[in-house]
Amino acid sequence: MEKNILLGHGSGGRLMHTLISDLFIKHFDNAVLTQQGDSAILDLPPGKTAFTTDSYVIDPVFFPGGDIGKLAVCGTVNDLAVAGAMPRYITAAFIIEEGLPMQDLERIVSSMAKEAAKANVMIVTGDTKVVNKGQCDKLFINTAGIGELDPSHTHIASGETMEAGDKIILNGPIAQHGMAIMAARNFGNFNTSIQSDCNCLNHLVRDVLNTGARIKFMRDATRGGLATVMCEMASHRELGVLVNEEDVPVDDNVRGMCELLGFDPFYVANEGKLVMVVHPEDTDKVIRTMKNHPLGKQAAVIGELTPDHPGQATLQTAIGGKRIIDMLAGEQLPRIC
Amino acid sequence: MKYIDEYRNKALVKNLVKKIEDVVRGEVSLMEVCGGHTWAIQKFGIPSLLPENIRLLSGPGCPVCVTSKRFIDQAVAYSRLDDVIIATFGDLVRVPGSSSSLDLEKSKGADVRMVYSVIEALDIAKKHPDKKVIFLGIGFETTAPGTAAGIKNAAAQEADNFFVLSSHKVMPPAMGALIDEGVKIDGYIAPGHVSTITGSGIYADIPEKYGVACVISGFEPVDILQSVYMLLQQINKQAYTVEIQYRRTVKPEGNQLALQIMDEVFEPVDDWWRGFGILPASGLGIRDRYSRFDANRMIPVEVEETADEKGCICGEILKGVKKPHDCKLFGKVCNTTNPVGACMVSHEGACNAYFRFNA
Repeated sequence: MEKNILLGHGSGGRLMHTLISDLFIKHFDNAVLTQQGDSAILDLPPGKTAFTTDSYVIDPVFFPGGDIGKLAVCGTVNDLAVAGAMPRYITAAFIIEEGLPMQDLERIVSSMAKEAAKANVMIVTGDTKVVNKGQCDKLFINTAGIGELDPSHTHIASGETMEAGDKIILNGPIAQHGMAIMAARNFGNFNTSIQSDCNCLNHLVRDVLNTGARIKFMRDATRGGLATVMCEMASHRELGVLVNEEDVPVDDNVRGMCELLGFDPFYVANEGKLVMVVHPEDTDKVIRTMKNHPLGKQAAVIGELTPDHPGQATLQTAIGGKRIIDMLAGEQLPRIC
Repeated sequence: MKYIDEYRNKALVKNLVKKIEDVVRGEVSLMEVCGGHTWAIQKFGIPSLLPENIRLLSGPGCPVCVTSKRFIDQAVAYSRLDDVIIATFGDLVRVPGSSSSLDLEKSKGADVRMVYSVIEALDIAKKHPDKKVIFLGIGFETTAPGTAAGIKNAAAQEADNFFVLSSHKVMPPAMGALIDEGVKIDGYIAPGHVSTITGSGIYADIPEKYGVACVISGFEPVDILQSVYMLLQQINKQAYTVEIQYRRTVKPEGNQLALQIMDEVFEPVDDWWRGFGILPASGLGIRDRYSRFDANRMIPVEVEETADEKGCICGEILKGVKKPHDCKLFGKVCNTTNPVGACMVSHEGACNAYFRFNA
């Protein structure tokens, strides 16, 4: 194969066919994909299906704890998982900048394959386009995913059964992904040990759902961070959200970098963190189950839904004060001094 | 986390709040004049812990907020020049000018880069010898020495494409002007990082001339509450002086090296402050011997006529005469997504902090 991606790799000719067979099929190999039809033909049980799509653009494409390929699989798998669905199939479409080293592409594709295998999902169809140098940044990936949704879990995505007194559970320390990316961009010449938390959460979610615990709502706290999910929860219904700052785990290295730059970890992106709203009697069961899973070791109850202050998310600060949590207007900007 | 958690200790906070409740008499107005304090006070929810008769006012301590609109307009005009790269602290990019902002210009193709320090701006200049790199120098005595060091480095490296547009300011004139204007202030929570550079001497007038209490405070909850307690004691005893609460960082004599560099590069000039107008000797202009790095003198540019927004009371908010909630625009036309006035932009701005933490 060529050393770098050429415009011809997206032309539909021989170069593209070689790329598909020698790279994509080699790594993603499965019975549905190898049919190579214009559409993937899938087996799905009767009943509800969850369907989602997301596009991934990230600088740098390789970062501590992952790469754009892993991210593209985890992000879509997690969107299905937090809807209560069991992820089954995903698609992978690539927009590649001419000149991308082939070994970088292979590293990314193999990382996608590895992550898909771990999550037990099949990459069943895809697409490749190559654009002129400068028209995209290395590569963009879009993945869409389909998951089976058990009829008893259809309420989870909307959270329609949430009520006052329900507990809010988080599966681990926040802000790792965003700060890892920031450090990797060498923003301010940081040299840290921070790793992205990029991971597929579907097995963790499955373990929790299998306990029969009454899960009212789930959402993964990605862009906009934990704070944004809290605001979204409050804005949807006639309930207030109360979060205890002290109970929200943040690792020291992440906290240190946030303090230094003037970032609030509550607004920093995660790629392997989810929030669950649980019936209060089932809290212990959920926490126990999460702690038995490698991605839930630091799971904690971080707050609850309240009848007061409907529509508002409130933070009980670590020193005992109270203030509201609001959505961020745009990007979080570093402080001047 | 060491050196942080101690200052956010719940038991200590509770104890200090109790002591404050015990000593406070009547209505007391305390003003912080550092954006970092404004932000910390709201972020930790400190007003919810204090007795109601203690009013915390936010003063002109947010660098972005006091900077003139003309400065933004000039930066916008520079950003429209083909051979210019603007290097700036992040907070400044969203501040609305008369008809545009750096953010808006960036979306139209202007080369505007966020940096953490002037040194990064100098690096950009080195990497782009065909471009003029203009660093937007804003902030008080905290950031001014950094800019001065950048200019000195540029001189040592004989950089010929690095410039500074300076709107650096010094804090004491505004603190005096507020009292002169009749704003009721019983005590100043004086800025910790400014004082780290300047030392405590610059506030001597506050107790001596104006009879107002003054405590230089750190930025953690325990620091701020202890400073409030110290201010109340000065007020009760009517024994006004400048005290340093933030002793782990601030020395009475300040940072001599930083002061020296600042003095070598900058000279006092009359400067325009939002809310105050022109205050004598309140700004820092670049001295003649470094004029080749002064964007103002070296890169002439046509700047549009300054247009003021109607209804915005940022000026009065900066003086502590009014609170964000008193503004008709607050939370409606003016919010963090679409800021009208500068105080809504930076998270050190009073309106921004109130909008986000205290709506």
